[in-house]
Amino acid sequence: MTTTSVEHEVTYLEAISEALDEEMARDERVFLMGEDIGPYGGAFRITEGFQKKYGEWRVLDTPLSESGFVGAAIGAAMMGMRPVVEMQFADFISCAFDQITEVAAKNHYRWGAAVPMVIRAPFGGGVHGGPFHSECPEGWFFHSPGLKLVAPSTPYDAKGLLKAAIRDNNPVIYFEHKFLYRRVKAILPTEDYIVPIGKADVKRAGRDISVITYAAMVHQALEAAEQLTKEGIELEVVDLRTLVPLDKETIYDSVRKTSKAIVLHEDNKTGGIGAEIAALLAEECFDCLDGPIHRIAAPDTPVPFSTPLEEFFLPKVNDVVAAARKLAAY
Amino acid sequence: MDAVEVAKDVKRADLLQMYYYLRLTRTLEDRITALYRQGRIMGGVYTSSGMEAISVGYASALRPDDIIAPFHRDMGAFLVRGITPGEVVAQYLGKRTGPTRGKDGNVHFGDLKRGIIAFVSHLADNLPVATGVALAFTLRGESRVVVTNTGDGGTSRGDFHEALNFASVRKLPVVFFCNNNQYAYSTPLSLQMAIPNVVDRAKAYAMPGEIVDGNDLAAVYLAARRAIDRARAGEGPTFIECKTMRMHGHSEHDSAKYVPRELFEEWKKKDPILKAEHMLKELGYADETTFKEVEERVKKEVEAGVEFAEQSPLPEGTETLEGVFAAEDEVQS
Ligand SMILES: Cc1ncc(C[n+]2csc(CCOP(=O)(O)OP(=O)(O)O)c2C)c(N)n1
Ligand SMILES: [Mg+2]
Repeated sequence: MTTTSVEHEVTYLEAISEALDEEMARDERVFLMGEDIGPYGGAFRITEGFQKKYGEWRVLDTPLSESGFVGAAIGAAMMGMRPVVEMQFADFISCAFDQITEVAAKNHYRWGAAVPMVIRAPFGGGVHGGPFHSECPEGWFFHSPGLKLVAPSTPYDAKGLLKAAIRDNNPVIYFEHKFLYRRVKAILPTEDYIVPIGKADVKRAGRDISVITYAAMVHQALEAAEQLTKEGIELEVVDLRTLVPLDKETIYDSVRKTSKAIVLHEDNKTGGIGAEIAALLAEECFDCLDGPIHRIAAPDTPVPFSTPLEEFFLPKVNDVVAAARKLAAY
Repeated sequence: MDAVEVAKDVKRADLLQMYYYLRLTRTLEDRITALYRQGRIMGGVYTSSGMEAISVGYASALRPDDIIAPFHRDMGAFLVRGITPGEVVAQYLGKRTGPTRGKDGNVHFGDLKRGIIAFVSHLADNLPVATGVALAFTLRGESRVVVTNTGDGGTSRGDFHEALNFASVRKLPVVFFCNNNQYAYSTPLSLQMAIPNVVDRAKAYAMPGEIVDGNDLAAVYLAARRAIDRARAGEGPTFIECKTMRMHGHSEHDSAKYVPRELFEEWKKKDPILKAEHMLKELGYADETTFKEVEERVKKEVEAGVEFAEQSPLPEGTETLEGVFAAEDEVQS
């Protein structure tokens, strides 16, 4: 665990840890549940030292039972607690799919019972995890009304969005990208802050082409933008940060300015969030588009294990560069 | 021990109150069935006919600040908790005055103010939820208890087992009821599980279990009380299997041809209302006049409820869009 009294550089992973620690200290209704999060500190050590500080019940090691503990979190949330559950890997969220989509997502709509809870889902590839430890399952939940979905790309957003998620009155799935855990660092404010849910962020302004993306792919887009600026092509990188509710205004504002759009994500292409964004742009920004909407996403396969396969699978900086060059020609 | 002897451990006033709820439940559900047959109700009608003693019994054993997470044959528990017949009929008719304002139908409703967690169609989904309710009580050091119920069929789902396991590991203050009415839709018990009694499932979780006659009001009530006392004392969860029989089809559209007629004949004699009346008479707590008075009272209440519901407005189509998310100021943070 880290202390936050002095300005210091933290990783994306440490930012998550800080957010949890600060929220637990701030609000005693906040408690954690998950597999191996106690003395062990979680598969990624995000809750290392937490049980010593907050006790066995507020940092609750559960049986290997995703549906069971997500259901339990729903029950506790309805009783006024603020549970944060950890999926050891986002892939295992499929075991809790029913509790999330049928119980958590529908309760408020059906009978007005708020379910203020957070599910942390370490997701994404690039870590040699293979088909069961690399998934991007956000698309499943994107299609389930009643859930909020967030997916930060930087330590600042990771901390601020997690705090906002814990304070939100709805079930929030917090997709944290495993590839970013120790690869991105930043100096964070010492004072308490949140990043509001539902607000995208323009991570780089540019006049020529909008790249609409989130999580790890933000960094691919930023790298592509660096390369393309030398060719005189200026990318605008829109980091969605929140997937539901989608900040449509920021997306439209950007595309109305640039008149060209690339939608980029790591999830499989078909039926992914990018498809929805492309459809929205076709509906709302058709008159201002100067070229076709480009989608860059993973192919429609499970995430493969072997290095050349996974490299092939994941969208790359070069894919963005190539698409941008094509679009720039329009 | 015979049913009359057993009932001696329950206060007269409590027995009479529970008898009233048995009658109210039966009369209300019969009335809803009649409305369905007249084509005035859309969708399914799932009743607890012949099984009312279970939900009336367990709900009556609770404190007002306790919580229930009932399933689809627990109308008695809703009524004991203060849901009115008018609200129930309004819910069935899809009216705005129903507890879900038309968003959901039949017995899919709840109200946290009255300590009721709404049933989710997906059987056994509310069992893990109930463990979380109990976990919240434990975390806050409260002496509250949650009771949940499921059918025999629901016990085959993973969520049932995940809930029992977690509750037992953490000794949570939850009581698991099972309404074993011999069938899950058309599936008989013998095709549902390979064990003779549902309660055997609890053994795998080191959870104390007991079997009670689900048609014996006092027996159900007392079993609930014992389990609730254990839970409140921090001794952990209990499983209670109530043997009973589903006396109708699965829902009103189902003629239940697959059930041998003799089974119905046999269980008709064990009707929970008949049994309760016999017991009340034997104990000298009530007579035919009392029963008649209760009958008149519940009829009036149900008719008033039907009238309230029929006169209530339907929701506007655009209300579809309301309530997907809880507002920022809805829960104190
Ligand atoms: C997970 C799930 N599968 C199927 C159904 C459809 N269904 C509704 S009730 C029912 C039978 C339930 O049997 P049981 O649990 O014994 O309860 P009972 O109706 O007999 O009281 C079925 C199959 C459902 N509601 N949920
Ligand atoms: Mg059954």
